[in-house]
Amino acid sequence: MEAFTVHTGTAAPLRRSNVDTDQIIPAVYLKRITRHGFEDGLFSAWRKDPDFVLNQPAYQGVTILVAGPDFGTGSSREHAVWALQDFGFKVVISSRFADIFRGNSGKGGLLTAQVDQEVVERLWSLLESDPATPVTVDLAAREIHAGDLVASFDVDDYLRWRLMEGLDDVGITLKSADDITTFEERRPAFLPTTV
Amino acid sequence: MARTLAQKVWQDHVVRSAEGEPDLLYIDLHLIHEVTSPQAFDGLRDAGRPVRRPDLTLATEDHNVPTIDIDKPIADPVSRAQVEALRKNCAEFGVPIYSLGNVEQGIVHVVGPQLGLTQPGMTVVCGDSHTSTHGAFGALAFGIGTSEVEHVLATQTLPLKPFKTMAITVNGSLPAGVSAKDLILAVIAKIGTGGGQGYVLEYRGDAIRALSMEGRMTICNMSIEAGARAGMIAPDETTFAYLEGKERAPKGSEWDAAVAYWKTLQTDADAVFDREVVIEASELSPFVTWGTNPGQGVPLSANVPSPADAVDEVDRIAIENALTYMDLVAGTPMRDVKVDTVFIGSCTNGRIEDLRVAAEVMKGRTVADGMRVLVVPGSVRVRLQAHAEGLDTIFSAAGAEWREAGCSMCLAMNPDMLAPGERSASTSNRNFEGRQGPGGRTHLVSPAVAAATAIVGRLASPADLEK
Repeated sequence: MEAFTVHTGTAAPLRRSNVDTDQIIPAVYLKRITRHGFEDGLFSAWRKDPDFVLNQPAYQGVTILVAGPDFGTGSSREHAVWALQDFGFKVVISSRFADIFRGNSGKGGLLTAQVDQEVVERLWSLLESDPATPVTVDLAAREIHAGDLVASFDVDDYLRWRLMEGLDDVGITLKSADDITTFEERRPAFLPTTV
Repeated sequence: MARTLAQKVWQDHVVRSAEGEPDLLYIDLHLIHEVTSPQAFDGLRDAGRPVRRPDLTLATEDHNVPTIDIDKPIADPVSRAQVEALRKNCAEFGVPIYSLGNVEQGIVHVVGPQLGLTQPGMTVVCGDSHTSTHGAFGALAFGIGTSEVEHVLATQTLPLKPFKTMAITVNGSLPAGVSAKDLILAVIAKIGTGGGQGYVLEYRGDAIRALSMEGRMTICNMSIEAGARAGMIAPDETTFAYLEGKERAPKGSEWDAAVAYWKTLQTDADAVFDREVVIEASELSPFVTWGTNPGQGVPLSANVPSPADAVDEVDRIAIENALTYMDLVAGTPMRDVKVDTVFIGSCTNGRIEDLRVAAEVMKGRTVADGMRVLVVPGSVRVRLQAHAEGLDTIFSAAGAEWREAGCSMCLAMNPDMLAPGERSASTSNRNFEGRQGPGGRTHLVSPAVAAATAIVGRLASPADLEK
């Protein structure tokens, strides 16, 4: 996984709350067995509307998405993270994220920066009046800079460390293989098996 | 120190714990299906890693599978490739699998409990958010993403930060005609789709104790729709009676040892929850959704809400968007909403008890003109049980389609879907835009309301049929 420290790019304002993972990528796109190429499914229903923010010329090439509260609710599909990344997003800013989506984002290296809804509203106004505004997301400092706006964001300490180091979870856990074996030796005999 | 049920189960599974790091939690049962596992198996292959505990892993085919002509190859080549990839991965890594045609095949969250694999005090995960279903047994069960599926396959553990705990106490008893589904829809409308974020919900109180295991599974299943990772109900005699004699439940002296442990799985009397919500069961009535997330629900007797009712600007926009998508006018009585498709099934309401309730309502009646009704059992076992009880005959005589087991129209990954603009009453769990097919409109309802709606042609409860 690529390490993440600071990212600067342009951003799209998505004036929506409760953006569920069926909107981010509908189930019909989940039949693929590959890890990449999900960008065509991203917001596929909304992208049929020429006025949708990601269809507007001013927001081409954006790498940061700014959305309302409860982003990523619903299904556990990690394809939602892959679709955002395959489309080019590095960061999603929202006032509240669904748990599973946030966990999945961390695994794949997509930064979910949680801010107050007031910050989301200010970013929306800023990006709607000047779509070219560069937005900087500094993971080391946990800060967002855009125009005159400087806002701190919430991110889990351990996740921040993993993202900044670009570490893979399985590799970290396998260092504890002996602990896992010890635990297995004391599991109760009444627990079921599948074979 | 006094502990909640969730904390007890958590602490019994900590493999490793260190300051400033997530706990490493052991996973007792890992369920997999075709949609969220292929990239995880690819990851194992790339790294040259085996599946650590194939004997604690079980695969079933559910999301993609057709519900008719299951003896023929799957018609959609992309779906077929995904199901074939699961079969190939399971063969290569030694994971047991219940494929289409096997008597144990079905929706992953129906299969685990009916085999007796889901037991109190276990940790259960699956690459599916409705894994919360298994919490009905007092298990800590939650959905995970594909990276985590790979992690569990490789290590049988997950690094996790402890969840907060929320008690949802439902006092009193549910009025006649009000089901577990109505209760959970009311809970979600009360706390919101984000209200449970970061929490494990523990459902308590007399109304919960009075529920069957099927009803408890319906409740825990939809915990995720309130944003919670998991829902739990402490095991009791109802739980033990359900498990006793099940194929994978403990036997003989192991049964006694297991029950002795299970009885300790109660929240201590002086344990403190991070948040508590109290609901009076007697105030509940049949509940339906009007909007595009499961928190946008009202009693069936109420009217479609107005943007003017919004609590803030974000909510006002959400209501406006939902009304536009759902093609509803504020103030319309929910009972006036005309429906063209009824779906009875899913991991929320596709168990035998749900089918019995729907059959009871539809018995001797005929579905409304032009109404399409799909009845999709949650598993092959549920289907066979329904046959044994003659439920299939009742559904067919009423004009409903009786299908094979699978996820079906809950998420429309197979050919069962709404056409653009079609409106369903569905016993499933999500009314998101396009969930049941692009442009489709979904009202979440209980099996009783679904069956009555099928007869009347508009959203209705069984009480409306008697008038």
